[in-house]
Amino acid sequence: MMKYSEREVKEICSAYSCDSSRMMDILRDIQKRFGCVPEEVIDLIAGQVDVARVEVDSTVSFYAFFSKTPKGEVVIRLCNDIIDRMNGSDVIAEVFSRELGIEFGETTPDNKITLEYTPCIGMCDQAPSALVNEVVITDLSSDKVRSIVKTLKETGDPLKLVSRLGDGFNAHHLVKSMVHNCIRRKGKVVFAFADCDPNAGLEKAISMSPVEVINVIKNARLRGRGGAGFPTGMKWEFTRGAEGNKKHVICNADEGEPGTFKDRVILTELSNLLFEGMTIAGYAIGAENGILYLRGEYAYLYDFLASVLNFRRKKGFLGSNILGKPGFNFDIRIQMGAGAYICGEETALISSCEGSRGDPKNRPPFPAQKGYLSSPTCVNNVETLCCVVRILDKGAAWFAEMGSMGSAGTKLLSISGDCQSPGVYEFPFGISVRELLREVGAINAVAVQIGGPSGQMIGEDDFDRTICYDDLATGGSVMVFGSERNILEAVKCFMDFFTEESCGYCTPCRVGNVLLKRCLENIIAGKGEPSDLDYLKDLGETIKTASRCGLGQTSPNPILTTLQNFRPVYEALVHEAKDGCRPSFDIHAVLKDAQNITGRKSVYF
Amino acid sequence: MSDKVDFIIDGEEVSANPDQTILIAAEEAGIYIPRLCAMKDLVPFGACRVCTVLVNGRPQAACTQPVASGIIVENSSDKILKIRRTIIEMLFVEGNHYCMFCEKSGNCELQALAYRLGISAPDLPYLFPDRKVDATHPDILIDHNRCILCGRCVRASRDLDGKNVFQFVGRGLGKEVQVNSSAKLAATDIDVTDKAVGVCPVGALLPKRVGYRIPIGERLFDHNPIGHEIETNIHNSSVKE
Repeated sequence: MMKYSEREVKEICSAYSCDSSRMMDILRDIQKRFGCVPEEVIDLIAGQVDVARVEVDSTVSFYAFFSKTPKGEVVIRLCNDIIDRMNGSDVIAEVFSRELGIEFGETTPDNKITLEYTPCIGMCDQAPSALVNEVVITDLSSDKVRSIVKTLKETGDPLKLVSRLGDGFNAHHLVKSMVHNCIRRKGKVVFAFADCDPNAGLEKAISMSPVEVINVIKNARLRGRGGAGFPTGMKWEFTRGAEGNKKHVICNADEGEPGTFKDRVILTELSNLLFEGMTIAGYAIGAENGILYLRGEYAYLYDFLASVLNFRRKKGFLGSNILGKPGFNFDIRIQMGAGAYICGEETALISSCEGSRGDPKNRPPFPAQKGYLSSPTCVNNVETLCCVVRILDKGAAWFAEMGSMGSAGTKLLSISGDCQSPGVYEFPFGISVRELLREVGAINAVAVQIGGPSGQMIGEDDFDRTICYDDLATGGSVMVFGSERNILEAVKCFMDFFTEESCGYCTPCRVGNVLLKRCLENIIAGKGEPSDLDYLKDLGETIKTASRCGLGQTSPNPILTTLQNFRPVYEALVHEAKDGCRPSFDIHAVLKDAQNITGRKSVYF
Repeated sequence: MSDKVDFIIDGEEVSANPDQTILIAAEEAGIYIPRLCAMKDLVPFGACRVCTVLVNGRPQAACTQPVASGIIVENSSDKILKIRRTIIEMLFVEGNHYCMFCEKSGNCELQALAYRLGISAPDLPYLFPDRKVDATHPDILIDHNRCILCGRCVRASRDLDGKNVFQFVGRGLGKEVQVNSSAKLAATDIDVTDKAVGVCPVGALLPKRVGYRIPIGERLFDHNPIGHEIETNIHNSSVKE
């Protein structure tokens, strides 16, 4: 571990004006500088920013990218989501472990390299993948791993791992990433680059009144692209109408739903469009402050995005009197996350922006009334804000004509798994799953996970259903499973994910998901009984009903939707106990401690 | 004074102030909505979810949900009771609750709610976590085995005592109450007279040397179920949010 110095801690805190709401930035810098946030440093930070040390501790302990114990100078985070596993991440893990001579969760004896697992890092279209500090390595193979470990041992520098750069702005000198965009299908809204002038949307917006802008968005029937589908115009109207002098626009770029990566591509290729959309939102709701909440996994895009913001400031697209419009002031800062899926939930995201643990907040008040730092706040998805620009540019009618009944426009889909061409596809809403599978070259699909783990797993009987808010809603994640796949392995993987990512605030989500997972594991291990299926269903419904936020309200979905659509898979594994004992109950294991204490075996067992 | 808001709870018409939560409004009308994290004088928290009710068919935590004119609240349907039982059971199996030798027995709100809801033993499987006891403080004991993460001590210390002795750390099943010190409770500025010490609904935060001062048989819930005082003390003017 690098020895911390009091002076440096003070400098880092001062860089953020010792403002407790910038705790995420302070802790990120500390973690980066010292490889951990030890107890003594927590005391120092608490003193500097004038909060209770347990508040700092609370934040540190919440995020996967912060650690109180020292980590290596290089941290390798291998993605272990289901798509990566289907692409052989287990073998990759073995090779990493063998080459480094350590297990996952350990650091090499020379304190140089730490090896860990991490949930989906937004690279399912080029899995298996890993983060090496902030460097993204995709399409991992055993050979690649050996060469990575060799380079890291020799140089200790993850940047030395970067060889052939990806396409588009991935090759930009501020990105220098090996990630590929994998844009497979450009639709008419988001990826229609050629026919749009820069700032065409923003210029049209400021030629209207803010209320008129909101009306355009309402007439376009734009709904949030993050998954929940709340009408964007209405959200803006509420925020605009809420009491408060200071208002905020936050762009949710915490793309964490396993299997989704379309925002990654927007952030890489269309950052100007996104910032333009945020600026329009600022104009419409009367906000001067914008925040891009960028997930920690996408840190490799930070410098690039910051430079785009600088460019826009220089051009007068951000700052004071934007595009010469007197009194229209708006600027954007980037808030980095630190590895917490829950922060994609809008109120948790606000908590995180405020420098706290990513606990969702109680509603009401809604963010539109009382959000970031208790001011009216509008949180929009990356893709939503891109649609906004196109709508202003091309008109509400143009947009509303595309798509299906309740779902206007197009949707970006991140498609991965058992298909020939994983990547990002832009389709009009209303496309059927069958058409989609044909388009992506999924020949033997038997199951499709729509909307990520929090969505639903459907089987062939449902392939004629359509992608839209009224049928199969999705924030963008579509994972395809071929006939050779074990559905329950995917379900188990999703439940591991939810139990890991639950914030723990409310009882049903914190405890219930663990109970679901344990029962599922018993079933997979052949120790399940038929009555377990009803237990799973009942418990799952209770968790959905009683949980406090969207995470718990959807976390039982992997189990509930597969129970419904793939019941025979479960039924084949469970069996009635013959001896009246629960198969999951292992009397010898239970007695082990007692036998150790007494020093003798049970007379009966 | 603003106008009253009328709504229906379990078929009964209730009149409330518009700034009240469903839980408080019901309470003033003599209707008990079971709760654990909610407590008089503490800001609503919405964590335990025991007070889950259906508002026009939608599940909401009564402790954080404001009243609204004309809403129909379901507080004692079979569906709601089943959810509450499951949540109470979850809290039992999540920790290590040994009622038979817990000092809080008879005064424990978790135990009392279990009895009120007809739970004698949980059906859910126990998780048997490995949790710590912090007995460093001369006057106060923390037993994490019995903690249900209701956050009462966190809020009381912060908002009533002005101290911030407690806060949550970790997430998911690893979430726990931490004290404001890199050492243990003894290193904090907590005092046995702090409000925070008295708010624990279970036996997780206890003053020392007063165990069993009130004999079994004379304890809070020995003769009447929890909530009885609310159901029999209609229009209790001392109850405020």
